[in-house]
Amino acid sequence: MDDFYQQNILDHSKHPRNSGRLGQPTVSREELNPLCGDKLHVDLLIEDEVVTDVRFTGRGCAISQAAASMLTEEIKGKSVAEVRAIGKDAVLELLGIPVGYTRLKCALLGLKAIKAGVYGLTDEELDDDELS
Amino acid sequence: MTQTIAPQLDIERIRADFPILQQQVNGYPLAYLDSTASSQKPAVVIEAMDRYYRRYNANVHRGVYQLSEQATEAMEQARSKVARFIGAKSAREIIFTRNTTESINLVANAWGRSNLKHGDRILVTEMEHHSNLVPWQIIADATGAELDFMPIDGSGRLALDELPRLLSEQTKLVAVTQMSNVLGTINPVKAITVEAKKVGALVLVDGAQSVPHFAVDVRDLDIDFLAFSGHKMCGPTGIGVLWGRKEILQAMPPFLAGGSMIRQVGLRRSTWNDLPHKFEAGTPAIAEAIGLGCAVDYLSAVGMDAIHAAEQQLTTYALEQLAGIDGLTLYGPPVAERGGVISFNLDDVHPHDVAAVLDRHGVAVRAGHHCCQPLMEIFNAPATARASFYLYTTQAEIDQLVSGLEKCKEIFR
Ligand SMILES: Cc1ncc(COP(=O)(O)O)c(C=O)c1O
Repeated sequence: MDDFYQQNILDHSKHPRNSGRLGQPTVSREELNPLCGDKLHVDLLIEDEVVTDVRFTGRGCAISQAAASMLTEEIKGKSVAEVRAIGKDAVLELLGIPVGYTRLKCALLGLKAIKAGVYGLTDEELDDDELS
Repeated sequence: MTQTIAPQLDIERIRADFPILQQQVNGYPLAYLDSTASSQKPAVVIEAMDRYYRRYNANVHRGVYQLSEQATEAMEQARSKVARFIGAKSAREIIFTRNTTESINLVANAWGRSNLKHGDRILVTEMEHHSNLVPWQIIADATGAELDFMPIDGSGRLALDELPRLLSEQTKLVAVTQMSNVLGTINPVKAITVEAKKVGALVLVDGAQSVPHFAVDVRDLDIDFLAFSGHKMCGPTGIGVLWGRKEILQAMPPFLAGGSMIRQVGLRRSTWNDLPHKFEAGTPAIAEAIGLGCAVDYLSAVGMDAIHAAEQQLTTYALEQLAGIDGLTLYGPPVAERGGVISFNLDDVHPHDVAAVLDRHGVAVRAGHHCCQPLMEIFNAPATARASFYLYTTQAEIDQLVSGLEKCKEIFR
């Protein structure tokens, strides 16, 4: 048990970083996880091709909320190109726990919202295969 | 001396019939509390399917050679067993499908498209599984019919007094679940049918949760269609049943088309086979049908009344134990009106996290919206955790659930 709900995951899920909304986001994105009803809203502020601010709100399991919280910390200050390049493994590394097949959708919900948001800037669609 | 025999299950003997239950998960004995999603299978069912593949595997209704004869006979015997199990007048009224979902889609498409028109109404309830809601949405869109909804009260019972208001001459079909897979509520189908008949509406019953857990008799209920799944009643996946009144089935056009369902095929026109084959296009799930027949024998031998009584006892016990956990919210009606399904939430811990902690404790429960998103909206819960019981469930497993929940409280304190 202790290997799964590690302290940092519980901490991020109970006290999510970058929680809330931005006043004037460059792009916003909402994603749902139909499996468990997780819901995530992400606001990104992008200036000169760099993510200068990010906020998110959501409800969901500890894994989805912690992963989203960790990701917001990770992407702040990164270029759009760098964010586009973030993949599944980076999120799993941040979480640092083995995530089974069914919980993967929870873990990747934040990444999905962020990437879909960034892709939306250039009218591109996120291909779900990128997250598997 | 007369004695009244309360139906009793010999749980230890029953458990010995289920190979999968004899295992440890994460260092604990497996407590499988998710039979509502899919039940476990007794060895006799697994062996019956194995025997078919090893000894007489062949396509059915085609060959005149021995193996095909044997396979056909075994499959048709299974159909007769299922017919007896639900009190059908004839085995021809038993159509094998893949599952409840396909059975309902069959009715929605074959009956719906040829019987519904603009202005007609279909009455469903707010507690339906998506499989008894979405097909009606699609068919309503296609035909111009409208949906009405029977509401539920705060403890998850259908508001029956609304029925007269909701039913009219325009109501052509009432589609209702006999038992909710989230709340456990057992609905008074018979009373609903009486009202529906007054306006001439047909009644389709989603029996996915009722047929596995208590005796269901289609003639006693006086309904028109019954849909259920093999995998929830000790049978395999990939086989389900649609029962329908013969006259209605006969008048319906086919659903899927191709082999087996035809009588005569010309290049431009074809005619249809007799029931049930008219609705069974293509090679059926033969092993699975045989497995389901065997499951029905198994359940009948144990006794559906005994199974129901044992589940009521377990549910009573579980509700008492769970009520003692601080911060636990229970959904659904009192035990007299429900089956062995208990949905709950623990404080504000997400049910997925609850289920993950329980899993580490060897306890398998479902977490999510249980394919009932509108119902979740009504209870203002994005999801719940759900424990459900079957003939092999023990009191010790419920105790294991309770101690797992205590552990969960510690972690998320
Ligand atoms: C009440 C109810 N209806 C329908 C279904 C759908 O069954 P299946 O997935 O076997 O088609 C289920 C299964 O979860 C159910 O509980």
